[in-house]
Amino acid sequence: MKLTDSRDIRAEPGIVWQAILDPEVLKACIPGCQSMVGSVADGYEAVVKQKVGPVSATFTGLVHLTDIVAPKSIRISGEGKGGVAGFAKGGANVTLEPIPEGTRLSYDVEASVGGKIAQLGSRIIDGFAKKMADDFFTRFQDAVESPEEEPEPTVAEGEADSGADAPKKGWFKRLIG
Amino acid sequence: MPKDHGIGAASKRREDVRFLTGKGVYTDDMNIAGQAHAVMVRSNVAHGRIVSVGTAAAEGMPGVLAVFTGEDFAAVGGNPAGWLINSRDGTPMREPKRPVLAHGKVRHVGDAYAAVIAETYQQAKDAAQAIADASVIEELAAVVNMADAVANASNRVHDEIPDNLCFDWGWIEDNRAKVDEAIKNAPHVTTLELVNNRLVPNAMEPRASIGEYSPGTGDYKLTTTSQNPHLTRLLVAAFVMGIPENKLQVVAPDVGGGFGSKIYHYGEEALVLAAAKKLARPVRWTAERSESFLTDAHGRDHVTKIELASDKEGNFIAFRTETLANVGAYLSNFSTATPTFLHGTLMSGPYKVPNVYVNVKTVFTNTAPVDAYRGAGRPEATYSLERVIDKMCRELGLDPFEVRRKNLLTPDQFPYQSPVGLMYDTGNYQATLDKVMEMADVTGFEARRAASAAKGRLRGMGLSTWIEACGIAPSNLVGVLGSRVGLYDAATVRVNATGNLSVMVGAHSHGQGHETVFAQIVADKLGVPESSVEIVHGDTARIPFGMGSYGSRSLAVCGTAMDKALDKIIAKGKKIAAHMLEAAEGDITFGDGKFSVAGTDKAKTFGEIAFSAYVPHNYPLETLEPGLEETAFYDPANFTYPAGAYICEVEVDEGTGKVDVVAFHCADDFGNIMNPMIVEGQVHGGVGQGIGQALLEFTTYDENGQLLTGSYMDYPMPRAEDVPFYNVDYSCQTPCTHNPLGVKGCGEAGAIGSPPAVVNAVIDALQRGGHTHVTHIDMPVSPSRVWTAMNA
Repeated sequence: MKLTDSRDIRAEPGIVWQAILDPEVLKACIPGCQSMVGSVADGYEAVVKQKVGPVSATFTGLVHLTDIVAPKSIRISGEGKGGVAGFAKGGANVTLEPIPEGTRLSYDVEASVGGKIAQLGSRIIDGFAKKMADDFFTRFQDAVESPEEEPEPTVAEGEADSGADAPKKGWFKRLIG
Repeated sequence: MPKDHGIGAASKRREDVRFLTGKGVYTDDMNIAGQAHAVMVRSNVAHGRIVSVGTAAAEGMPGVLAVFTGEDFAAVGGNPAGWLINSRDGTPMREPKRPVLAHGKVRHVGDAYAAVIAETYQQAKDAAQAIADASVIEELAAVVNMADAVANASNRVHDEIPDNLCFDWGWIEDNRAKVDEAIKNAPHVTTLELVNNRLVPNAMEPRASIGEYSPGTGDYKLTTTSQNPHLTRLLVAAFVMGIPENKLQVVAPDVGGGFGSKIYHYGEEALVLAAAKKLARPVRWTAERSESFLTDAHGRDHVTKIELASDKEGNFIAFRTETLANVGAYLSNFSTATPTFLHGTLMSGPYKVPNVYVNVKTVFTNTAPVDAYRGAGRPEATYSLERVIDKMCRELGLDPFEVRRKNLLTPDQFPYQSPVGLMYDTGNYQATLDKVMEMADVTGFEARRAASAAKGRLRGMGLSTWIEACGIAPSNLVGVLGSRVGLYDAATVRVNATGNLSVMVGAHSHGQGHETVFAQIVADKLGVPESSVEIVHGDTARIPFGMGSYGSRSLAVCGTAMDKALDKIIAKGKKIAAHMLEAAEGDITFGDGKFSVAGTDKAKTFGEIAFSAYVPHNYPLETLEPGLEETAFYDPANFTYPAGAYICEVEVDEGTGKVDVVAFHCADDFGNIMNPMIVEGQVHGGVGQGIGQALLEFTTYDENGQLLTGSYMDYPMPRAEDVPFYNVDYSCQTPCTHNPLGVKGCGEAGAIGSPPAVVNAVIDALQRGGHTHVTHIDMPVSPSRVWTAMNA
């Protein structure tokens, strides 16, 4: 499956770029990510726990950052093996462009699954992948935008429902700011 | 009054007593002392290079007894294709080895590349997952779409086959130029491109196998879910494992449905035998439902362009087809015969059309193997013909009933040599057409349509007039055409000393009801009660030989072998009776269970003759052996040709596109009927499967070769609410001219004749409802496809 979208982030491209290269950010933003170790150059080993329809699994695999053109574009790709559940793999081409409000982050995501997860969960896989991408970029946006620029808190809490483990808004901005 | 026993009686199925009370004994029901459990390690990717198999991961895991990989079977044979097809240019088909376990590459999701044997199923399952997790398989781009497979020679399912083609077959090649010319000069040509959708067989009982080995004698035993145990023995013993046939017993006990998928030999059967020998323990394997979806041979999967040339009055001049037929990743045993000699030879249908040419390219893809499934080639032929005829009728504004009638062969034309190689022996196609039109009350359709319209629903009526060829034969002809096996059958009739009978037959019953019907025939012929006849099948150690059950052949071929063995029994009985009655053999007649001296009241009952044969105190021992047991082999002179006419009526919900089959009428000619209840049941089942194909079932692989319809959540089987009450008639009977029972076969008819009737009805409903731009919708005619077509 493929999906394409963009988000306007209220932070400068430089900050957004730094965040993308930070494994702690990736760990916090990948829904269900339990660990993430490694480096930009060697890639990260990640453990992600997810449930797709009737199939629950812990995926272990590698995340690679390639085609790095700072601070404009990068490809984030990964493949995870989920044991009896099968496997999932995919990648996102991310581009950043400055806009008056901060940064426009555009992404093209392609993802595929194999094994039992495809045999049993295919009806819901497109919706699942879209939700994964939405969750990821929502968390990412939350991490890099300043908390004082936060919109209505009720909305934020509603969004936070999509991932109970989502970190507090603006934590990355505060970290480097 | 209907008969209450013997031929033609609706005797209740004796096997149902055990099936319906849960007392059937299937392979998985058998527990054998000391048994170990096998679990296969299957590929998650459709196409990949095996870099390493992580067998070390299973070592030391609890209960693990042995691990097998492709290396262990590199030296033994492959699972062969049963039919050699030559391409149009005369070159033989490409025949890649199909190993017991994948070696070098995996070629479809579910392709097994290792196997674990452990003390318990759970232990084997855990170890298999550990091996899968530790194995490195480099995923390659998958070959999924047939057109792409042929166009892109760089991406190969088998490295040695550059264009992914198994063969490019023309039938009949000598007709090609004449057919091309006829189409070029025809007043009208109707063209239709269609897909015959891939189906998963979904037998209720998944495949299962138990291997046993006796170190003391060197004997093997394979208990397995097979439609034909002798064929499995031949394939496992002679082709794959190199076991002498007299050292391998194959038992196919109660088998819960096959529909073709259990004709074939599968690697798991060889695996459990090899493991049993290695461990000197019984080794068992049973497929999970997911494994059935991934690895049972699928059915159909043709993409066809058909052209029908006619005059403006609808008289057929020529049919020409181009088909891509998917064989999947490997050649299953009859995968090359199904799209060719079971398909191309039927492409003139029941019609007097002079020019027919069929081209079939079979294509390797990274999907499960495809092979014969209920109907096998004949549903594909019938669907193409009946859909394009329906389209022609609309294009020329002709009545589909009258177009059929004027093109159907007439009774005076038999025997009829078809332009695609078959010799139809007998038939009366007008009779079944008349019958079905009467059954369906065709003249009352307009009133029914108006009633449906008043409910806001579009009603349509679809017709299909079909023919098939059953009981594939004779062996010397099929040998010339490329078959690597004979297609006869055999039966042994053993009359026991007390007069009851054990009849060992080569046909295998996996739901058909042979135990009942064959006993009816024996009882009728010998004048004994049905209850005194026991039908024995499914065990190579107990039956003489047999090619099993497929292609609606059991009654026409094996039933005839049994009939001939009964003739021998009667002939010997006459000799015994002549001695006992002190009469000349020529004066002995047999009838009503008695051997009589013609013109006298002197007689001996069948039981008295049987007793004398085994207690030969008053017996012609100088000239006649004691005992009363006879075997006959029978190789038919020709196919049989069942035919019929089906009418389907549907209602379409214009708002949702949902199709409801509201009536289905079948007028079939199966020749003589042995048990009308079983015939009706076979037609019900076949039509149900046909409606499933037409409306619901669609096997879907994504572009990476992942099976997306891998469970009943996504693969819809027809349920009770999806099918109507069937209206079935078999009173039009032209008995087969070349077998003594006059039977033709009824097992596949429903699945052959019904899909085009359903789709024709849907198109009719949409056309009558004003959606005149809709000329075709591919199966399954799902709500989404119908809605999309209406709103295009």
